[in-house]
Amino acid sequence: MTARIRAAHIPGEPGIWLFIGGDIVLFSLLFVVFLDYRAADPALFAAGRAVLDQGLGLLNTLLMLTSSWFVATGVEAARRRLDGVPRRCFAVALACGAGFGVVKYFEYAAKIATGITPMTDDFFMFYFVYTGIHMIHVLIGMAVLAALIGYTRSRPTAAVNVQHLETGASFWHLVDLLWIVLFALLYLAA
Amino acid sequence: MRALLWSRLTVVWLLLVAATVLSWEVGHGLGIEDHRIAAVAVIVVALAKVRFVMMDFMEIRHAPLWFRLAGEAWTAGLAAALAALILAA
Repeated sequence: MTARIRAAHIPGEPGIWLFIGGDIVLFSLLFVVFLDYRAADPALFAAGRAVLDQGLGLLNTLLMLTSSWFVATGVEAARRRLDGVPRRCFAVALACGAGFGVVKYFEYAAKIATGITPMTDDFFMFYFVYTGIHMIHVLIGMAVLAALIGYTRSRPTAAVNVQHLETGASFWHLVDLLWIVLFALLYLAA
Repeated sequence: MRALLWSRLTVVWLLLVAATVLSWEVGHGLGIEDHRIAAVAVIVVALAKVRFVMMDFMEIRHAPLWFRLAGEAWTAGLAAALAALILAA
């Protein structure tokens, strides 16, 4: 099949983009506030960063990126009317999201076991609150993916409204996108 | 199926993974002396990744021009703002 030329279109139902836009504005402010506090006490933030599990942060980033590939590929497979492929793609993405959650659980548990909590200092307040808000987004995204799986299973491939899939997929990519910046700010930025 | 697997999406994913590993190395002191420059490099790479997620996974590349420009402008603006805050520290 040759590359298709698509008319310019906004993926998904337009309302989702109001939500995505608002969420992006909110997180942009959160990112700026984080760096503002960091500028006021760079040593504290460097010390906090040094305690984070870099390997788990990297693993979580790779899980997020891979899950997004599966979601995007699932939507494309639905456009090409490939039977059974979309729901399998969304299922793998959902598993990646679950894996992300498991890693987060172990990260939080390890911190708390050494006495580090959101009350410990400013850096860890940001760490727990920001990654916690993000984790809530992950859980919502997983519910969305489960709904997409149910939707694609409930009807023949030809009857799937791809715009519905695009709506859910866009939300999941937002979750990925937000983590990319969080990972850079919390784990990597020296 | 092969066309689905070996697609622009896959190339973008490979670039995103490579950029992640690269910035992870930079974040761990590879090559850049001044830690503020290293931090700015990490931020710039992160927002470049965001741009590719936006353009290719979210498919904004195929959105109307005004929509795409809004996305590009936000990404560039956020990168500039975060870099400025790091350098001001």
